[in-house]
Amino acid sequence: MKAEVTIMLKAGVLDPQGKAIGQALHGLGFAGVGEVRQGKIIQLELSETDPAKAKAEAEEMARKLLANTVIESFKVEIKA
Amino acid sequence: MKAGIVVFPGINRERDMAIALHASTGRAPAMLWHKNADLTGLDLVVIPGGFSYGDYLRCGAMAAQSPAMAAIRAHVARGGYLLGVCNGFQILTEAGLLPGALLRNAGLRFLSMDCHLRVERADTAFTNGYRAGEVFRAPMAHGDGNYFADDATLDRLEGENLVALRYATAEGVVSPEANFNGAARNIAGILSPSLRVMGLMPHPEDLVDPLMGGTDGKPLFDALAALEVA
Repeated sequence: MKAEVTIMLKAGVLDPQGKAIGQALHGLGFAGVGEVRQGKIIQLELSETDPAKAKAEAEEMARKLLANTVIESFKVEIKA
Repeated sequence: MKAGIVVFPGINRERDMAIALHASTGRAPAMLWHKNADLTGLDLVVIPGGFSYGDYLRCGAMAAQSPAMAAIRAHVARGGYLLGVCNGFQILTEAGLLPGALLRNAGLRFLSMDCHLRVERADTAFTNGYRAGEVFRAPMAHGDGNYFADDATLDRLEGENLVALRYATAEGVVSPEANFNGAARNIAGILSPSLRVMGLMPHPEDLVDPLMGGTDGKPLFDALAALEVA
């Protein structure tokens, strides 16, 4: 079972990398770009076969290590 | 005073720290590789700066989960002192030993330059070599030093007087211009409620000898030299 953990800085936490990306896009002529936020995706291969259990397991991993919940939020999706 | 420096892979400022501790305490600190870090009998444990585990995932995240952290927590629990500098500060926040987190510098640039720090309280084992309100110069070298915590945590830190050091001008004015990395409320260093754990981003250990260009950081290590865990 594959799990995908998406980690983003929480709303309200300054994301200077996102800002820099936004400025670069404007520089390339993409005038319609508003705020840009960047984050990371972590893909996990899990031996667990029950989707609900796999999700719970990945969420525990996110809370303990993959995300720093002081500054980041996360979302777990189970992929087949 | 017996000090030990815990070294994780990727840490690279341990020798600077050892020189500063040796000069002030008169004895070489124990250099402790993280895999066999025996902290027995130490008064002070220091986690120095560097790029532990290549800053993978987040700065300090990997070291914070390493087995050595259990020994470090036990050291704090029995009343030992703990200092985290730069990556060491990041590790302590990731481990939950100090609140908040260190974000990417607001200007995105890696900052390798001097800053000035205003001493917010001088009645702690780490800071009693200075006067409250005194300003000292310290080098800094970090890409992720922008201290962040939610407003409630910042209010609590200030309410409980746990902010040790703030970025300030050479004249001691805490202003946005002096806050190179964008840290919340100009916070450069904080203390645990027990006052036995301190974390800071700048490097006082790199200004402890005239040959280094100054001795602004020496009072911190001279103060630590007087430490003894009861």
